[in-house]
Amino acid sequence: MWNDVPSSWYLVLSALLFTLGVFGFLIKRNLITVFMSIELMLNAVNLSFVTFAHEWHAVKGQIFVFFVMVVAAAEAAVGLAIIIAIFRARNTLNVDQIDLMKL
Amino acid sequence: MHLVLFIIFAGFCLAGAINLLLQTHPINSALSLIVVMSSLAVLYLLLGAEFLAIAQIIVYAGAVMVLFTFVVMLLNVGVEEKTHGSKIAKAIGFPAAVVILGVIATVVLEAQKSLGQVSLSDGITTTQNLSRVLFRDMLLPFELTSVLILIAILGAVALARKEGHS
Repeated sequence: MWNDVPSSWYLVLSALLFTLGVFGFLIKRNLITVFMSIELMLNAVNLSFVTFAHEWHAVKGQIFVFFVMVVAAAEAAVGLAIIIAIFRARNTLNVDQIDLMKL
Repeated sequence: MHLVLFIIFAGFCLAGAINLLLQTHPINSALSLIVVMSSLAVLYLLLGAEFLAIAQIIVYAGAVMVLFTFVVMLLNVGVEEKTHGSKIAKAIGFPAAVVILGVIATVVLEAQKSLGQVSLSDGITTTQNLSRVLFRDMLLPFELTSVLILIAILGAVALARKEGHS
């Protein structure tokens, strides 16, 4: 019994992490921390992908996680560049003050 | 053994995620996100995904988080201030998050009987197996991601460049 963990525990952990990410996305006022919450949500989804890949012995589930990682890395690079551009234009990172599309 | 490892690293994951929300300085949030990502790598290893565990450490806990801490230090962001908006967001966000968790957890627990067990003796997906699928069946998507990365690099340079400096 010590050697087995039900797959559903991993899925519940993934759901918890995703929910914490959603909550952080909503309550955080700093643009960079909001962005970190998005990364947390991506990681939570990756965990359920790996769990299902293990459950059904499907390697393609792990390949999908690999692609999610690639896209997340690209997204982080572009997103942080946008954050730097916003900070140059507005001199603040508070999301309450960055509510216009216009610079 | 598996249960002990799962409980320890799932605990690290949740503690890191909660600490991310509690901290007010972005650099502390970034460091707790590194804890979350590193313990997720151990969980991937428990699920038999050896390549993804290492990729998680190198790409996420390494490259992405270095980028985050670099930007936090470059912009010299201070402690986030409490605003009127954050009170509203807390009042609405907490029930919303609980509802999301309730829905996902209900679905998972309903399906629990048809899901199996994870144990240490399950065997791992080796990098060899993974790359065989990646480079045979998924070659076109793999090549497309390299184009995506190139575009992302160009976009990041174009966006972060100073205006009127050309």
